[in-house]
Formats: sequence, C-alpha cells, structure tokens
Amino acid sequence: MSNSVIEFEQVSKSFGSQQVLSGVDFAIKGGRTTVIAGASGQGKSVTLKLILGLLKPDSGRVLVKGRDISRMRGRRLNEMRMNFGVLFQGGALLDSLSVFANVALPLEERTSLAAGEVRQRVMQILEQLGLSGHEEKYPAQLSGGMKKRVGLARALMLQPEIMLFDEPTTGLDPEKAMEIYRLFLETQQKFGYTAVIVSHDIPKIFNLADQVIIMGQGGAKYFPSPEDIQRSSDPDIREFVRITMGDIYLSKTMENDYEQS
Amino acid sequence: MSVLAYIEGLGERTLYLVRDLGRMSVFLVQVVAGLFERPFRLAEVIRQVRLIGAYSLPVIFFTAAFTGMVLGLQGYYTLRKFGAEGALGSMVALSLLRELGPVLTALMVIGRAGSAMCAEIGIMRNSEQLDALECMAVNPFRYLLAPKLLATLISIPLLTMIFSVVGIFGGYLAGVVLLGINAGSYFAGMEQSVAMKDINMGIIKSFVFALLVVWICTGRGYFVHQIRGAGFGAEGVSRATTQAVVLSSISVLLWDYLLTAILL
Repeated sequence: MSNSVIEFEQVSKSFGSQQVLSGVDFAIKGGRTTVIAGASGQGKSVTLKLILGLLKPDSGRVLVKGRDISRMRGRRLNEMRMNFGVLFQGGALLDSLSVFANVALPLEERTSLAAGEVRQRVMQILEQLGLSGHEEKYPAQLSGGMKKRVGLARALMLQPEIMLFDEPTTGLDPEKAMEIYRLFLETQQKFGYTAVIVSHDIPKIFNLADQVIIMGQGGAKYFPSPEDIQRSSDPDIREFVRITMGDIYLSKTMENDYEQS
Repeated sequence: MSVLAYIEGLGERTLYLVRDLGRMSVFLVQVVAGLFERPFRLAEVIRQVRLIGAYSLPVIFFTAAFTGMVLGLQGYYTLRKFGAEGALGSMVALSLLRELGPVLTALMVIGRAGSAMCAEIGIMRNSEQLDALECMAVNPFRYLLAPKLLATLISIPLLTMIFSVVGIFGGYLAGVVLLGINAGSYFAGMEQSVAMKDINMGIIKSFVFALLVVWICTGRGYFVHQIRGAGFGAEGVSRATTQAVVLSSISVLLWDYLLTAILL
C-alpha cells in the first residue's frame, strides 16, 4: 500500500434512497494502469467523481497521495486537481471554444506562459495526436473519435501524474477504439502517468490493465492482475466473467468448482 | 393514510424549497466572489455585454417605442376628460422612468438573454463541461459566471435608460405628432414634474432586476441536475429554462412592488 496514489477507505455514497457505494476499500498503485469495471449503475463513474473531489462521500476517506481530497476546498483542492488529467466520456469540450482554445485553456488559466509558448505547446500536442489542421474547428464539427483525441490533448497539457479515463471508447467503432488505445499506450509511455480507466470494453480493456477493480452490489473487489479475475472462485466474479467475457475466459479448474457448487 | 401521504409530500416539498434556496444563496455568493478572483476576464465581459446588451437593443427599441405610443394614446384620452392634456409628457415620463422602463426591460432581457444563459449553463452541466473546468482547477464561478453577472449588471441599467428615452419619444409621436398636443407643453410638463429621485428609482430598480435575472437564470442552469422532477438531458434543460423564465419574471414583479414601496 505504500506506493498507492489513490486509496478508498470504507467509502459509502448514496443518492437519496439509492446506495451506490457501501464501505468500499481499494488502493491504486502509482505508475500503473488500473481498470475499474462493472455493470452499469454499480458506481464506476461515481468512483471517478469521488477521486476528483467532484462528489463528497457520505462516510469514509478518499486519499489522493495520502491526503483526503473529500475534505479539501478552494485553493488546496485546486492544487490537488492539478495532479489530474481527465478524459471524459463525451470529451467534455467547451462548445463555444475552438479546438485550439480548448487545448490551450489549462495552460492559459493555470500557468503564466507567454502566448507564443502556449501556441507552440498546443500545436505540438495536436500534431502528436493527429489533430494538425483541425485547430480552428469547433467541437460540433468534430467526430466522436476526434473529440476524444482533443479531450486527451487537453488533459495532457499540464503533464498530470494521474490520468482518469471515463469510458474512453464508448460510442466509437472498433477502429477508432483501437486508435484511442494506441494513443493511450503512446502517451502513457511518454508521460509516465498513473492511469485509471473506467470501461465497459471487456475483455479488450484488460489487455491494458496492470490491476483491476470490479464494482458490484455497492462494493469493490480488487485483483492484482486481469488473470486473477479468471482464477477467482467468487461466484459473483465468475458470473461477471461469464457474462462479459464468455465461458472461454473462465479458468478450467475453477469452472469445475463453480459448476459443482 | 392519504392524509399522511399528503403531509409527507408537503414536508418533502418544503425541505426541497429550503435546500434549493440555500443552494441558490451559496451559488450567488460564489458568483459574486468570482468577480474578485484573478485573472479577470475583460474580453469575456465585453463579449457578454454584446450578447446580453447590444443584441437586445432591437427588441428594447421596439417594445419601448410601442409602450410609449400606447401610453401617449391612453394618457391623452384619459387626461382630456379632465382638460389636462398638457400633463401627458409628465405622465408618460414618470410611468416609464419609475416603473415600465425597468420592469419591461428586465422582462425582455429574461426572454431574450436570460433563457439563453440558463440553457447554455444547463447544457454545459449535462455534457460535463462544468466538471471538466473544475477538474482543470479552473473555477467555473470566475471563468464562466462572474462575466455574465457583471455584463448583466452593466447591460440592464443601460437598456433601461434607452427604453425610457425611446418610450418618451414614442409618447411624443402619439401625443404630439398624431393627436396634436403642443410639443412645448409635452416637454415642459416633463421638466417640471420629473425629479432626480424618479430617475434614481429607475436605476436602482434596474440594478436589482439585473441581479435577480442573472442569479435565477444561471442558477437554474447550474443546478439543472438537482431540479426536482426535471429529469436529465434535453428535457431537464427545457424544464430548467422554463423555471428560470417564470421565476425571474415573478421575482422582478414582486421586487418592483417592494422597491416602489421602499423608495417612494
């Protein structure tokens, strides 16, 4: 746990009468890729928002680099958020700004760089992500895949230590999804960030994962590697594997145990 | 059982109202605080003045001209009964400066710019653009909402003054040009009866109305996801916009009465 950058300690969160998280515990290690998976409505996106301090837990602690983000406000919270880059599901680009202005926004707002330096950095990252020539376009003029690439460019501008990806391939065709995965691998290699990916794209997403957290029934189950999910004897996890990945992914020994039980 | 359910529903609604009012009050404080945070977005304030103020000019001109003309017509036939047609200028000017100018300007801005502000912020909330700003450690109150507040506080008082002036000339058109009242008596009556206090009343009202309009319209958009029974997506934005227009219009009329009672 010592090199954990994000830790959930007995975190509970409910909306009205709906309990989404109940006493959740897990730790995300630095420099690695963690995939958070689970069926819809099991609290994956809520988990991301708790990590970012956009939501406060009803009880428990959300530690980021050892400090409880849920108790932070104002400047301290903003300073903590400078560690994060986020790729939202739909890109969350500001509609009224061009691609260039969207990507330049974090630099203009959070640094004192000169306009020329900002321009150079923005053009450089746009080129790296294959967006050269599109800088004057507006989000409404972009395809879904391009919006995600612009969102990724914007998220990487401040070279964050931790990148959070909320359903990075949802709504994309397989070719565009592969493109996003390729960009993810390239940028992680280049910037060396800790990645947390919330995704439905199972089993493909497990190819990127170092560790996996499966959300379900208000709780979270941690697996040190994707293979451990297949070896799990937990009936809920085996059902999840069977539904999302198919029988072929279930470990044979465990499958026998499962069938006997 | 039905009585219990009724009481329970009443309690739930009351709690929602108290929570909503609390949320909106904190929101207003945060937006005002955003005005004093740096860096200040002057270019965005100017852009918003253009959107809220300059683009509202045609509708303000049109409404003001016809309001003034109707006042001229109605006033003429009413005053003629008492042989007091000479007081038409005073009546038109006082009505516009004290009441109709501030109120109608605020109502026109609510319809034209307030609804647009609410829909814009609501869509930004639903498409996670506000979350994205917060995640980039950019305060949405300073970046997005404070420029709208300042621009509205600049635009509505200016539009109110324009409304009153255009309305007075509308009254002139109806009373002097069409009905033949003496132009000198139209303006002389006005000069004698309109005091600085009347002009100040209109200006104070327009500032209060501007604050109400921007507060309610942006606030409804900002909390689109927390409006009771509003749902999500396009329907939620549509409900929030309707609420924003209705609530801000009612608030303007209510505060008009309160301010008149205080300032008269």
